[in-house]
Amino acid sequence: MKRLLKGGRLVDPANGRDGMFDVLIEDGRIARVGRDLVGDADTAVVSIPDGFVICPGLIDMHVHLREPGQEHKETIATGTAAAVAGGFTAVACMPNTSPVNDHAGVTEYVLRKAAEANLARVYPIGAVSRGQAGEQLADIAELKSAGCVAITDDGRPVATAVLMRRALEYSSMFNIPVIEHCEEQSLKGDGVAHEGFQASSLGLRGIPAEAESIMALRDISLSSLTGGAVHIAHMSARQTLEAVRFGKSHGARVTCEVTPHHFVLTDDMLAAPVPYDTNTKMNPPLRETADRDAMLEGLADGSIDVIATDHAPHHYDEKLVEFDHAPFGITGLETAVSLCFDRLVHAHVIGLPRLIELLSVNPARILNVPGGTLAEGAPADITILAPDLPVTVSADRMKSKSKNSPFIGWTLRGGVAATLVGGRAVYVNEDTKLNLTNG
Amino acid sequence: MKKDLLGIADLSPEEIYLVLETAEAMREVGRRPIKKVPTLRGKTVVNLFYEPSTRTRTSFEIAEKRLSADTLNVAVAASSVLKGETLVDTALNIEAMSPDMIVLRHASSGACHLLSRICKSRIINAGDGMHEHPTQALLDAFTIKEHKKTIEGLKVAIVGDLLHSRVLRSNVLLLTKLGASVWVCGPPTLVPPGIECLGVHVTTSVDEAVAGADVIMMLRIQQERMQGAFFPSLREYFNVFGMTAARVRGAKRDVIIMHPGPMNRGVEIASDVADGPYSVILEQVANGVAVRMAVLYLLAGGVEDEAAA
Repeated sequence: MKRLLKGGRLVDPANGRDGMFDVLIEDGRIARVGRDLVGDADTAVVSIPDGFVICPGLIDMHVHLREPGQEHKETIATGTAAAVAGGFTAVACMPNTSPVNDHAGVTEYVLRKAAEANLARVYPIGAVSRGQAGEQLADIAELKSAGCVAITDDGRPVATAVLMRRALEYSSMFNIPVIEHCEEQSLKGDGVAHEGFQASSLGLRGIPAEAESIMALRDISLSSLTGGAVHIAHMSARQTLEAVRFGKSHGARVTCEVTPHHFVLTDDMLAAPVPYDTNTKMNPPLRETADRDAMLEGLADGSIDVIATDHAPHHYDEKLVEFDHAPFGITGLETAVSLCFDRLVHAHVIGLPRLIELLSVNPARILNVPGGTLAEGAPADITILAPDLPVTVSADRMKSKSKNSPFIGWTLRGGVAATLVGGRAVYVNEDTKLNLTNG
Repeated sequence: MKKDLLGIADLSPEEIYLVLETAEAMREVGRRPIKKVPTLRGKTVVNLFYEPSTRTRTSFEIAEKRLSADTLNVAVAASSVLKGETLVDTALNIEAMSPDMIVLRHASSGACHLLSRICKSRIINAGDGMHEHPTQALLDAFTIKEHKKTIEGLKVAIVGDLLHSRVLRSNVLLLTKLGASVWVCGPPTLVPPGIECLGVHVTTSVDEAVAGADVIMMLRIQQERMQGAFFPSLREYFNVFGMTAARVRGAKRDVIIMHPGPMNRGVEIASDVADGPYSVILEQVANGVAVRMAVLYLLAGGVEDEAAA
């Protein structure tokens, strides 16, 4: 079957294209990209309205799909449904499931469930250490050959400097990055919120920004020592961004990501509009205005490589408790694109091509996976964006099993029109009336 | 007044003065031969305590009984919180029996806000985690006002474990709202980051905090929270921060010395200071009943106002 996307603005930074190009899709791949393409008799022509954007499929390199083990929060089926509704054609899922993804059996299970769901592509990330216990390396060669694209002990940092050193050295032979959840555990203690005025005033135990930056500095130093690639996950503190800039300027193989909530929200949300709202509790915590502004600056100046959501679904029972007892984390897959448009593109922080680099090109490059490009011959993983679509974030419309989002009720400008994986429309936003029925 | 008393943060200076004035009248009830008025007859008040408390719970219960409310004490052992029913479920079950007010003491900051969102009953915060203890600050203000006539312009020194203290937060909010000059003092490890944004002077010198003070308020060293090695030893703490008679001499001649209790004698306060002529510590306890009667009365009055409206 052939499909021709006609009209709209095509943004494909990997191939230096930004303009009025049509895309011809054939057998799940991109057959041609050019101006004024015409299809033959058996080509379905989809006209893309003016103002819409065609870009390489978005890739979220940091999600928690919770399966196996915590299916009451999310499953691979519901998580990938949320992904495609959020414009993501691929997600990379963290290994802190139950059991932990530290051997091929779990990796294969995840991939089988993803194939059954048949929505977004799923790239499993394996554990650095067996059981994420921080003692002994997991069987990384086995994980890699089963399909893992990176390793991490996410949820916690790699426990010791020597284990991190070995992980970086060992994984370098497979050309996969070590993704690090930066947190110096003794400084974090039993903290639940960013250490600062808000936490002090609300009587919440604090987590200093340096709990993050100290660990980032350790890992950047170890990257220099070993030549291994380290990727700093969900960066939240301006000190960490400084550490990353230092590492990059000294030639360390370091990359980093920021979540939409860390470039949109601050710890003022702890106090208002809803005091002690457990949907403002995440790890790393929402930080101060200066940190949030530093994240925006890092996105604009190129220091930050990736926007990832850290999609962390939790059942509402688990969040309807005292702030101290609530689990860390919020969902993110279905709000990311709207937040990026509203707070980055329309706010003139970055342009659209840069946004596509952050959400597609760079994650593909860092994880060394297909995607991030609309080159002829590449899989037709395509996201169609509606930059001016008015979006009101609503729990009822969310595909994720969990609705733990602080953005519910927000009105934002910009959203997702449709998501194509391998040329197949896996999501069409009913508000945009795109005619993308699969033949 | 609002539906609930969650913290001093929500009160205007006028509301604070209203509570203090009402407490004057309530104190008179406690001096009668028959210490009971029918004000809250037919109202049910549940004292829901998730933390052990002698003073505050007793004080609330006496206040409720003097107002003729039907009172019920529910003490929940801290250990059962994690394995048993959630706070929300417990509250909803209590709520199903239609109480008028719930007095909540809980180890987690914000627990009262959570109940406030889900309960129709009026919630009174009897201490939530490290956040607020509003009735303590109100009774402290009542005691200060009794001795000093006004709060505006006074120098108040608050010395001790600032970090973990809900009494500190409520008192700072109240005293700054009423125009006092507040000095807080403790080891740097026990100073909440950013506390100066609340408009207080921060110092590590007890002598500087106490110099010319009208009021010295001591905070308890919470030994159960001392796992984090915030200071080397109780002995060293007393040497540097303990309130001794020699240190008190730096204050005004008519200084009053306060402590929310329970005291650690020889840790944050020397016994001769606690028991000495400047101490108003037991007056605070006595005033606590009158102030809590005032709070209960004013909140209950709000119920009738809304029903009439």
